[in-house]
Amino acid sequence: MRKGRALSLTALPVSVALAVAGCGGGGDSGSGSGANNETHEVSVHGTEPENPLVPGNTTETGGSKIIDMLFTGLTEYDPVTNETKMANAERVDITPDGKKMTVVLKKGWKFHDNTDVKADNYVNAWNYTANSKNGQQGSSFFDAIAGYDDVHTSDPDEDGPQKAPEPKSDKMSGLKKVDDYQFTVDFTESHGVFKLKIGYGVYSPLPDSFFKDPKAFEEKPIGNGPFKFTSRVPGREVKVERFEEYQGAKPKIKKAKFDFGKDLEAGYAAVRSNELDFIDTVAPSKLVNNLYKTELKDRNGNQDNLAIQIIVFPLYDKKFSNADFRKSISMAINRQEITEKVFAGTRKPVKGYGIPGLPGWSDGGCGEFCEYNPQKAKELFEKSGYQGAIEITSNADGGHREWATAACGQIRNALGRECNFVPVQTFGEMRQKTNAHSHTAIYRGGWQADYPYVENFLNPLYKTGGSSNDGAYSNRAVDTKLAEGDVAYARSQQEADKLYHEAEGMIANDMPAIPLWNTSVQYGWSNKLKNVRMTPQRELDLLTVEVA
Amino acid sequence: MGRYVIRRLLQLIPVFLGTTFLIYVLVWAVPGDPFAGMCGERPCEPGFIAKMNEKFHLDDNIFSQYFQYLGNLVQGDFGETYNGNSVGELIALRYPVSVQLAALAVVIEAIIGVIAGVLTGLRGKGFLDNLVLVSTLFLISLPVFVTGFALQILLGFELEWVDPVVSSDPTLGELLLPAFVLGSLSLAYVARLTRTSLMENKRSDYVRTAVAKGLKPSRVVGVHLMRNSMIPVITFLGTDLGSLMGGAIVTEGIFGIQGIGKMTYDAILQKENITVTGVVVLLVIVFLIVNLLIDLLYAVLDPRIRYE
Amino acid sequence: MSDPTAASTAVDSAGAYVTAAEHAEPTTGKSRSLWSDAWRNLRKRPTFIISMVIITFMIILAVFPSMFTSADPTHQDLQRQMLKPSADAWFGYDFQGRDIMAGVAHGAKWSLLVGFFASLLTVLIGGTVGVIGGYAGGWLDGILSRIGDVFFGLPFVLGAIVILSAFRAAGLKSAFGLVIVVVLVISALTWPVAMRIMRSAAISAKQQDYVKAARALGANSFRIITKHMLPNCMAPVMVYATILFGATIGVEATLSFLGIGLRAPAISWGVMIAESRDYVQHAPHLLLFPAGFLVLTVLAFVMLGDAVRDALDPKLR
Repeated sequence: MRKGRALSLTALPVSVALAVAGCGGGGDSGSGSGANNETHEVSVHGTEPENPLVPGNTTETGGSKIIDMLFTGLTEYDPVTNETKMANAERVDITPDGKKMTVVLKKGWKFHDNTDVKADNYVNAWNYTANSKNGQQGSSFFDAIAGYDDVHTSDPDEDGPQKAPEPKSDKMSGLKKVDDYQFTVDFTESHGVFKLKIGYGVYSPLPDSFFKDPKAFEEKPIGNGPFKFTSRVPGREVKVERFEEYQGAKPKIKKAKFDFGKDLEAGYAAVRSNELDFIDTVAPSKLVNNLYKTELKDRNGNQDNLAIQIIVFPLYDKKFSNADFRKSISMAINRQEITEKVFAGTRKPVKGYGIPGLPGWSDGGCGEFCEYNPQKAKELFEKSGYQGAIEITSNADGGHREWATAACGQIRNALGRECNFVPVQTFGEMRQKTNAHSHTAIYRGGWQADYPYVENFLNPLYKTGGSSNDGAYSNRAVDTKLAEGDVAYARSQQEADKLYHEAEGMIANDMPAIPLWNTSVQYGWSNKLKNVRMTPQRELDLLTVEVA
Repeated sequence: MGRYVIRRLLQLIPVFLGTTFLIYVLVWAVPGDPFAGMCGERPCEPGFIAKMNEKFHLDDNIFSQYFQYLGNLVQGDFGETYNGNSVGELIALRYPVSVQLAALAVVIEAIIGVIAGVLTGLRGKGFLDNLVLVSTLFLISLPVFVTGFALQILLGFELEWVDPVVSSDPTLGELLLPAFVLGSLSLAYVARLTRTSLMENKRSDYVRTAVAKGLKPSRVVGVHLMRNSMIPVITFLGTDLGSLMGGAIVTEGIFGIQGIGKMTYDAILQKENITVTGVVVLLVIVFLIVNLLIDLLYAVLDPRIRYE
Repeated sequence: MSDPTAASTAVDSAGAYVTAAEHAEPTTGKSRSLWSDAWRNLRKRPTFIISMVIITFMIILAVFPSMFTSADPTHQDLQRQMLKPSADAWFGYDFQGRDIMAGVAHGAKWSLLVGFFASLLTVLIGGTVGVIGGYAGGWLDGILSRIGDVFFGLPFVLGAIVILSAFRAAGLKSAFGLVIVVVLVISALTWPVAMRIMRSAAISAKQQDYVKAARALGANSFRIITKHMLPNCMAPVMVYATILFGATIGVEATLSFLGIGLRAPAISWGVMIAESRDYVQHAPHLLLFPAGFLVLTVLAFVMLGDAVRDALDPKLR
């Protein structure tokens, strides 16, 4: 399964980020009662959406944040437990063999233009998004549905002169409308996990008006979610307002604004002076010595992400083919020291390929190879006969410079070989190199899981041909072990846990990627808000937040 | 005069084309796929990339891209950013902020710089003269970001006299500190230029004649001396307006000002030729026109200069 | 100073004066008397002496950094993260636990290298183009001037960002490679200024009797330019070059600050300042020391240029 959302820090647009921001004046403090919910416009820090606000074409954080408020899909995720709950769907049933899903919609749900939300709105939207002709980012989210290959073709020679052939059809055969409020989905293979996926934004329904005039829709998106779109100023803000006819849990606040005009520093300063109401990432300079905890006293929070930070070896480059070398790098990094000194203790080092808090997962799958041991590292390094300087590369724009530089320093100290952090200017450039398998240096990687289970931390990254196996790692034995785990899961989770743990050990022995630590975010809010909480999707929970 | 203006205007065309093409090609040469980073931390859907490449003609060769762009520009269409915003709208939103900032900086330069220059230039050597000389030297030596940082920390964080970061729709008051930072370097130049120019002209024949004629000192200084000494200063201030607008990237970054600087910086990294070139087009036009106006102003201020 | 093209204004007028000064004394053996006269004047100027002392110190620092510090500037140790200045480390440690004094000492080299080569290259390109344009006149001058305008019309910081973004990823990883790229970019954007100064000096020198005489005697253009015009056009360009030297150091710092100039392993003062920016509130010494050295060096060169200009310009004495 592909990953739903970007590891947000890295997807933030590049900013000059020069500002040392900080305090502002005192700011007026809101006094009050529920009445303020109706009058105060809650302003949320965000980043400019990378694309027009069409759900099927939005997979990055800046846009997702808004899409999630404008649209409600079949299911949604509980803001605390991250469990799937029915939303627009009355029920979603998957046959025991995992090959067919039946969806029954709730009646009475409306789009913001007052048309009803019907089965067609889902079927058409999904067919549209999956169709490669429409070039939607979320297309591959539908690849498990029967008939996907008929609507989705790919370019035979990648970047070459040939174009992708026309899709055979514009409808997936596996997607069938039963009546206005019911449709079925057939999968090519058993795909029970689809039920977990459908809460994502790309599975949102689209109103009939979208198919008539997509351009008009892009200018004024019409969703079926708790908030409706009111206005947008390019490069500055998007405003939304409560949708009174919403059939789900209605938000308490009436108006909200996503503010893209500020980088992290300026955004933080604005929250501190109560000019902005919420920021989901505290600027790195304020994490130093936990400065934000004093500056935003009683109005800050910390949340672990369902994500892991790793260092990936591009195994397609022969330079990195020696496993001893890869292990030596892993053992030269003092994870504990970096999490304490660079991240002020907000992250937890891992000794395996999962993260703390995953059900059934225990740390230590990686064994001694993920433990700091400079002597052993040096031995292995010398045995490997690696020539030349060591380089770690990453986009420099997502707060990665500091820890990568620190890791390089530790590697240099332990191995006695020069190590340099080589920044790549943008996340896009980094991503392009990753996709094209053109990295020539060890590089930073990250993985944000779709659901809290270790399987999702292993299959996509380390199985041969996995969707995010960017380093081109392949080991038959690991593939087999992972497959055993997948099969065992339906029988008994404990059994699967054990098999995955064994797989972790086998992966660690090859060390195709170095697991480092989990990630977390620190967020802050103004004195005008109360009942603030952050969802696992790293969004302010606009449904429950209130104005103080 | 008329023919001169026309000739100058005609000369602007190759310079304009050259500069915009240069920028267009350079941004085009920035490495990376502009769309690869738009899908979060996973490979982008190939269909998406193909569609975007087609939409922005990125598969065409660079010349055809440039001339298509130019063709649209001539019709007043600045194009669209990769995330679907109108470049014209973005520029319209941000340009005024940068213009305000640059104009304010020039005003500050003119007022403080000229006063300091006149005071020292007329009085000649002494404590004040040395003070101005040393302090301007010091200002010249400070890179803008150091000045910006220092003042932001001092006035913004320590003394809390001003907001360290301006709001998204800044008032002139908010822009005062950033404008001072932006103009600080030029301020020093203006002061020195005024001083040198005055000292030189003070000894010139026409001033001596004016004094000999028995004119009041105030008239000698105000009319004869100042008018001639101000020519290089005005030249400088004029060209500075243009370069400050393009050079404000650092200042805008430090104070979080939403002008064209930050927008351009982001656009460069995103390989967004359309946005970058759009901004540069405006900057270059301003730059060229201001230069022309200054040359014409010469003729007005100095009767000895005649253009054919 | 983030815009070296602005530095021209400090000189532009000076350039005019110098040539004017030459007009004023056509009878004496000009170039020798101008320079020796200037030298005699310079030696007495306190600004000249102070700036020379600073520059000499910085050059020694750049060439023999280990005379001043025995610490390895690249050695990192997070346990000493941001420790304040002490007897062990006079300037303290930075975020990565590197010795700041060692960093400042070893960083001098990079800053000065960029300053030296960028101003040299600027003057070489600009001077050559300027003297050719000024001497030849006509259509050649027109074309060269328009090409100069194209580069001059680009706002400096913006142009530098674009060029550096386009070319820096060209697989350059060695420190000298990085320096070369930065030097090329700065020169590419500043040469029109040197060109303008040289061109106007050349135009006025062309009118001089000795040039006319040389041409009448049948000397070819190359000889006239190298033997007769260059020595007489150098003064304003030299003043510009001195100021530019300082300006360029500041420019390199600004570019590094923006994240597109130098970077490890070429850790210049600018890089150190850029890296300190997130921590200044907590640990100001991270900014203070590299910024202090940077400002001092730029100041020295600007002061030197100032002194040289005043010395070359009899009217201002």
